[in-house]
Amino acid sequence: MKSASLERSRTMSKVLTYAALILGTVIMIFPFVWMILTSLKSVPESMKIPPTIFPAELIVSNFSDAVASLPFGHLYLNTALMVFFRVVCAIAFSSMAGYAFAKLQFRGKGLLFGIVLVQMSLPSQIFIIPQYQMVAKMGMANTVFALVFPGIVSAFGVFFLRQTYLGIPTEIGEAAYLDGCNQWQTFYKVMFPLTGTSVAALTIFTAVFAYGDLMWPLVVNSDLQMMTLSSGLATLRGQFSTNFPVLMAGSLLAMLPMVILYLIFQRQFIEGIASTGGK
Amino acid sequence: MNKGAMTKLSAAARREENWGWIMVAPTIIGLLVLNLWPFVQTLYTSFCEHLGFGHYRFIGLQNYINMFQNAEFWRATWNTIYFCILTVPLGLFLSLLVAMLLNAKIKGKGFFRTVFFLPMVCAPAAVTMVWRWIFNAEYGILNQLLGTHINWITDSKVVMITCAIVAIWSNIGYDAVLLLAGLQNISKSYYEAANIDGASKTTQFFQITLPMVSPTLFVVMIMRLMSSVKVYDLIYMMVEDTNPAVTSVQSLMYLFYRSSFVAGDRGYGSAIVIWTVLLIGVVTIFQFIGQKKWVNYDV
Repeated sequence: MKSASLERSRTMSKVLTYAALILGTVIMIFPFVWMILTSLKSVPESMKIPPTIFPAELIVSNFSDAVASLPFGHLYLNTALMVFFRVVCAIAFSSMAGYAFAKLQFRGKGLLFGIVLVQMSLPSQIFIIPQYQMVAKMGMANTVFALVFPGIVSAFGVFFLRQTYLGIPTEIGEAAYLDGCNQWQTFYKVMFPLTGTSVAALTIFTAVFAYGDLMWPLVVNSDLQMMTLSSGLATLRGQFSTNFPVLMAGSLLAMLPMVILYLIFQRQFIEGIASTGGK
Repeated sequence: MNKGAMTKLSAAARREENWGWIMVAPTIIGLLVLNLWPFVQTLYTSFCEHLGFGHYRFIGLQNYINMFQNAEFWRATWNTIYFCILTVPLGLFLSLLVAMLLNAKIKGKGFFRTVFFLPMVCAPAAVTMVWRWIFNAEYGILNQLLGTHINWITDSKVVMITCAIVAIWSNIGYDAVLLLAGLQNISKSYYEAANIDGASKTTQFFQITLPMVSPTLFVVMIMRLMSSVKVYDLIYMMVEDTNPAVTSVQSLMYLFYRSSFVAGDRGYGSAIVIWTVLLIGVVTIFQFIGQKKWVNYDV
């Protein structure tokens, strides 16, 4: 008798859990579905009252209109190059510094690591005006270099990889050292290959945030050909204030590369970003 | 360590020290040039008038005086705080709820997790675009479904709530994944013991789950608060600066962007950003004082 009612309440709570999760899924997915559906409608149909759900006729030209008004080829390339160089810099410099801070003894270590912590705790906007002036002074505005510039070093990357190196037993490094490796070889050949998971996490984290960043690309590259997907999209917003099918097509094109990567590497994305959690 | 070893490092130790310096050099030089020096410059610039082309004249506290006398500035400060009030508690509550649902024994956990996390990888510029369309007053699907005529984006009383909805939707999956990790660290034996004692689910939540997850919740809350104080991209994409409702929704960072890069008043812009840093500092201090009341580090 008692176990039957327990059983019933257990089934009940399971049903409620699924119901809540499915409701949540609908809320999370709906904007994306609506984006796709709208991107295939004609403008008059998109404004129909009451609205139609499925497009009466598929208007693929919305995508070519979006491509015609925004140089998507350039935007993809600029974004890809920015992400690539930021990731490479973050991994190379942060691995070296993270290893040194975790495993090597040198004078001034505490003070230098303090600089890393200070940078991490300040909002990036506090650096933007002087960073912009530096780029402008170098005559490098409207270049890929300008997009990469604030991401050349990653204080967060140093902090994060230092944690990883701290977790690797020092004995491993000492063994390599006794085998005749110097400090660089110990780092490069023995220790660095052990940090794969963390390096992947840092890669994903750096890429996702560089991809979504809006203020810096808007400030530093005003030339449409040199914008990123994010900042380019911001200009589209003004151009087509009422043509939502074209806006939706443009937005879809802008977010597609990262979404595809995400769907392929879901676990790495979620666990990677979660492990960097807090930033 | 004796005195001789202190003053005269062995050859090996000296090599190690050199490697240490070499390996941190790119990072430290980068941080000095890209961050530390700019920070000092921003601080100095906030006491200057921008004469154009990167030339400045020292004017003392004038930017701050102008700022504190400016209604738009106070409105932006309030907007930022209001945005945090609207998004952080409700967002955390919903994220914890999602995390608990995902922590239950269910099928398709991976699928649900992927779905909730999806907005995280989409550029804010792209997702806010579809929300603008959903919230469109005349043709947007939301007004049609509700049968209302709310000006979600242009009504100065509503627009902040609209932005808060989008912000919560965007961040819920990320926060839920972090909280889920915290929930999974709670040992099952607590719940088994509670079940034997006949404790209700509600009691279990308040006596076990909440205290045990509170350190994670605290970290997520700090992180969410920090990024909410700095909110910019979402509001910028939802409400362009020609929208009449912009003053009712612009955050401090939006005002910073407009002052520094649209109006070109970089001294004033720097003062705003310094003010924001102070605000973040105050909020953080209050959080760390307040945590003693509810965060449980005993276990």
